[in-house]
Formats: sequence, structure tokens, C-alpha cells
Amino acid sequence: MNMKKDIILSGVGGQGILSIATVIGKAALEDNLHLKQAEVHGMSQRGGDVQSNLRLSTEPIFSDLIPKGECDLILSLEPMEALRYLPWLSPEGWVVTNSAPFVNIPDYPPVEEVLEELRVVKNVVVLDCDAAARSAGSPRGANMILLGAAATALSDILDPKKLKDGIAAVFSRKGSAVVEANLAAFEAGFELSKK
Amino acid sequence: MTEKHLLLGDEALALGALHAGLSGVYAYPGTPSTEITEFIQNHPLTLERGIHSDWCANEKTAMEAALGVSYAGKRALVCMKHVGMNVCADAFVNSAVTGANGGLVIAACDDPSQHSSQNEQDSRFYADFAMMPCFEPSNQQEAYDMTREAFEYSEANHIPVLVRLTTRMAHSRAEVRTIEGGPICQNEMHFPSEDRARFWVTLPGISKVRIKELAEDQYKFRRDSEESADNLLVDGPDHSLGIVTCGIAFNYLMENFPSGCPYPVLKVTRYPFPVALLKKMTASCGTILVVEEGQPLIEERLRGLLYDEFKGNGFVRVKGRLDGTLPRTGELNPDLLRAALGMEPLQVFQAAKTTVPRPPALCQGCGHRDFYTALNNVLRKYEGSRVFGDIGCYTLGYMPPFHAIHSCVEMGASLTMAIGAANSGVWPSVGVIGDSTFTHSGMTGLLDAVNSGADITLCISDNLTTGMTGGQDSAGTGKLEAICEAIGVAPEHIRTIIPLPKNYPEMERVIEEEINYHGVSVVVCRRECIQTAKRHAASAKAK
Repeated sequence: MNMKKDIILSGVGGQGILSIATVIGKAALEDNLHLKQAEVHGMSQRGGDVQSNLRLSTEPIFSDLIPKGECDLILSLEPMEALRYLPWLSPEGWVVTNSAPFVNIPDYPPVEEVLEELRVVKNVVVLDCDAAARSAGSPRGANMILLGAAATALSDILDPKKLKDGIAAVFSRKGSAVVEANLAAFEAGFELSKK
Repeated sequence: MTEKHLLLGDEALALGALHAGLSGVYAYPGTPSTEITEFIQNHPLTLERGIHSDWCANEKTAMEAALGVSYAGKRALVCMKHVGMNVCADAFVNSAVTGANGGLVIAACDDPSQHSSQNEQDSRFYADFAMMPCFEPSNQQEAYDMTREAFEYSEANHIPVLVRLTTRMAHSRAEVRTIEGGPICQNEMHFPSEDRARFWVTLPGISKVRIKELAEDQYKFRRDSEESADNLLVDGPDHSLGIVTCGIAFNYLMENFPSGCPYPVLKVTRYPFPVALLKKMTASCGTILVVEEGQPLIEERLRGLLYDEFKGNGFVRVKGRLDGTLPRTGELNPDLLRAALGMEPLQVFQAAKTTVPRPPALCQGCGHRDFYTALNNVLRKYEGSRVFGDIGCYTLGYMPPFHAIHSCVEMGASLTMAIGAANSGVWPSVGVIGDSTFTHSGMTGLLDAVNSGADITLCISDNLTTGMTGGQDSAGTGKLEAICEAIGVAPEHIRTIIPLPKNYPEMERVIEEEINYHGVSVVVCRRECIQTAKRHAASAKAK
């Protein structure tokens, strides 16, 4: 059966969206899915808004960029950065986002207004990944909390187990403690998203 | 044996070069090209075969060194961002005149929409006027395959080949199948053959002969383009429109037609432009849409100069960036193609109301911040002062809260513009340049300043790295004061300060003294980039 999943990963430069992309990419490649992943390098990484377009499909993929209205999942480490990509979201698409704002600009809008506007989306999961990472004992694991929280939305194309294998493969060179911490964060995010 | 990798377009190109038997990569970092060289630097084959991969001082020295490799009969790759082509243009254009001996490939990464650049110039124009073939892969697999092909073609035809990528290809990952087990060993050193050796001396009497040959070669290059599988004409049932796509524009078109495009499509990934294939298309299509990721090079040719005057060129209607079917500037995407083809947009959600822009900024704790604070405090005392900035992270000193620079043009323009402004009566006339930019293109300007006794103050904000592109080695590290002294700046007017808040009083005193000196002075403001400092601390801890 033909199946595709178009994902926009978003956040602020330095938050670690690329490691989420690397884990999904690793899992997808092992699963023999086609994949394209457009990243942002260079000047914008200096605290600006960053995004990565990640496309998975059972069929060959043409464009590196996701068309507007076609995105199946916005996965964001920052709530306002999730909203930035609304024009790309499909009507049935999911938004899974961290609720903790990253305020490095003087005119950041009131966070409750940001969270309120996210409600225009039918399928939305908002959780405080920063706090969840701290209580999971992995303070730098907010990105893996987020990935865990998105595992359900991804499950029709990627088995959550494959994502865990991906985490193990990607972090293995940093030692087993780092792998365990990231897996724990993933599990914690997965459980939280079910609540 | 084939192997599957997940690679950036940059990395696919790099691996293609390695598998083609590369002897050396020569480059200066620049987004979106940096990862080509970094991939080669970190690849096990590089160490194993002793492949040269150190960074060069600038794109011109890189291009010239690579030409030397080619002269010696070996294969070389030169990499740069599009504006680097301007820096190496003299060497690049004349490398078509000398021709190549060992395979010589130049990789230029263009940045339409200017994600990290001061303009969006299209490197295909350089290949065109240098009369050099240009390959423009449309996906990561082609980036690998066509780079290998480019080395073969370069050697067989005694001509360097330009490979052009754009940001979305350079920085997007996809699966690439590579071919191991081919002739991937380094080729042997061999000098140019007897009949071609003289072409390496471009005295007019000799190069006239060569340029005639090069002009003749254009027919062969074009025929090769037309016959190559890299350029493909695919028919469709609806001949009311024919579509020409260049490079990755093909993907944006096909994204809208998952089960095949109804119109004939000419997919171009190789130049000189395959005119014979276009003729086949225009035999049945009266309207041609040209889709180019970059400037309208082919579209302009197709229209001709008098197109608007005569309401057409008499044989075909041309649509594209020049008639508003597509935007005149900026990168393409699937949505722009939909609109150009009159298809309904897919978008359902409007842009959110509560989002605000989040521009990049200097990192918290960055030495450039402390330098600008001190400089601003001093210059507040002088009316009419001007600060000429340069290319690097520190260009962000233009942004609030600093508003510290008045210009930024291209690599090295800070101090030379400061000279011109000082000559015109501006005082204080201050240049601000980074350490890597200074050794890239600032040293010759400093010699001008010394020789003319210009009344300028040059501040070198030295973070011991090439910061903006991710922390590559900087050519002048540990040598800046010695370089300035050797160029002729008086030693007592070469001052070094450490940019930290606790040092503001001393920093301000030194900057003020050197501004008040009516001659050339250099203030080196030195503290390691906090990004590389963090990395160094982490790797020291790991050991």
C-alpha cells in the first residue's frame, strides 16, 4: 500500500531539531522507505527560527520541500515555531509541540495567545517537554520527549520500536548512558502523549 | 557492489569526487557549500590515500592550487558558495583557456532566496561566458553520479567542468546508491601532452589559438549535452504547453503530477543547453514554460532582445520569471509551480496571527558583542564617524541593540571602503573585519592603506575560527599581529585587547587612542568563539 508522511520539524537554532530528524531518518532508511530531508544550515542557526522538511514515503519522492497544505505532522520544540508552519499543514494533519516558549526576542507574543491559536488545529498535542525531560532525569532530552510524544502520529508509517532502534543507533557512539537517557526520554514522551 | 547511504547533496557530490579518484579538494568555507569539503576531510579514504583537504585562504588560491593539481595530471575539486565565484573568477575563466590535464571540477553552490548570502547570482552564467560545460544535478543521486561523470568528461575533453548545486539540493538528504569497486585509485602524475603543454602559458599569441579551439569545442560540448541521458525529453499527451526545467526545478514540477506530467517536459541537467531537444519540443508546442532555479538564463535566450517590442519572437510564446508566471527572484517550490500551471492551491490554514519574526542574532557571551559595546561607547564621542563592516557573524552587529556598522558588501570591503571614505574626509573611518575574512581578502587592502598612509582604524575581531560557517580553521590564527607588522603597520599601533565586560575601560581607552592616531592602526580584539570553545571543552572532557 502506498503511504507517505510529510513532517515539518521546527524550533530555534541550537534546540536540537536535527537530532530528531537524524533518528527518524535512520529508522526510515532501515525500513527501506524513501526519504528526503531538507535542513537549514548557516546564519539562521544563530538563534533564529529553524525548520527541517522531512518526507517519508513508500514511493519515490520528488520535491525536497513539502507543498503547502500537505504536511501530515508539525513537530516543534517551541510553540510559536509550531504556529509558523500552519499554512503547510493538511486539514487532517497533526501538531505535536513543546509548550515551553523560547523567548530570545523582545516582542514575543503572550504565550497563552500562542497556545490558544494552536486550537484551530483538530489534532494537537501540547506538552511541556522541558519539564518532562527534567522529571525523566534527562534535562537535555526535550527533543526525545517530543519524538516520543509524536510516536503515535508516526506509527502508521514507522513502528515506535523502529524509532527506538534509531535512537540506539544514532547515539551509540556517545556511550550507553546517553542511549539509555534518550530512550527513557522517548518512553516518557510516549506515555505523556497518551494522557 | 552498490551501497546505500543517506547523504546531503553536498555529501553526495563529495563522495562522487572521492570515488572518481580525487587527489585534492581546495576550498574556502561558505554556506551552502561547506559540507562538501568537511565530508572529504572526515572520510577514511582521505587519510588512507593522502588526499589534500586543508582549507585555503580564499577561493582564488583554492582555484589556482587545483589548477596546479590538474597540470600535474591528477584530479582536483574546488568548492565554494556562489559569491566565491566572483573571488576566483580570474582563475576560473582562464582555466578554460589553459584547459584541464587531470580532471578538474568546480562545485559552486548557489543560494536563491539568500538564506545565507548577500545576493542570489546564478553560477551558470560563469560557465556560459567561460565556455565551460556545466552540470546541474536535480537530485542527490545525480549529484553523486554526475560528479563522477564530470571528472571523466573534464579529462577526456581537456576542459574544467562546473557542477552547480543550489541550497535545497546542497542541504537536503536523500538515499544515494554508490558504486564501489570501480577505478577509484588516485591517478598517476603526468604532465600535459606535448601538443597541449603550450596552452598553459596564456601569452596572447598562444591563447588566441586555444580560444579558437575552445570556441570550436562548443559544438561538440553541445552535441554531447544533446546526446547525454542527463538531458531528457519526455513526451506528454497535451501539447498546448511544453515545459523546460533546469536542475531541481524538475522536482517541484513533478511533485504536482505524481502519475506523470500531461505536458511534454524537457529536463535539463547539463549545459551547453541541448538546443536539438528544445527544437523537438517547439515543433509541436507553441508555448514554452521555462522553470529555472536561479536567474532566467535560458528564458532570456529563448525570448531574445526584441520579444516585448514585437509581442513575441515570432515562433514560440515564452512563459517563466520574466512575464510574471513565476516570481522574478527567489527560490522555487511546488506551490509556485502549481500557481504557474493554473492549478488550485492546496493550502487550507492561513498564516498564524500570533507569530512574529525571529531573526538570527549574535550568541549570548560572544566576543563580538563586547567588542561592539566598547566601540559604540567610544564612537559616541565623535560626530560623523562611520564603521565599515564585513562578512561574518559580526555583520549581525548591524542589528539591534548594537546598530554598530554602516556597510557590509563583500569579503574584505571593510578596510578598503574605510580607506576611500577617509580619503574623502570621513573621520573617524573605522573598518571591522573578522580574522578569517582578513586573511581571505583583507591583507592586500591593508597594504594599500599603509602605502597611502590612510587615516583609518582597522578592528580585527578575532574569534580564532571561521565562525559563521560552523567553526572551520582560520588561516591567520596566531599570525595576525605579525602579518600586520610585516605589511608595514607601525608596531606601536598594532594593539591587542580581550573583549570581556570587565575589560571595557581598557578596550575603550585603546580604541580611542588608535582613532586619535592619524595613520593606519590595527586593534586586534581577540577571544575564542563561544561555540568552538564549548566544543573544545566537551572534547577535552571526553578525553
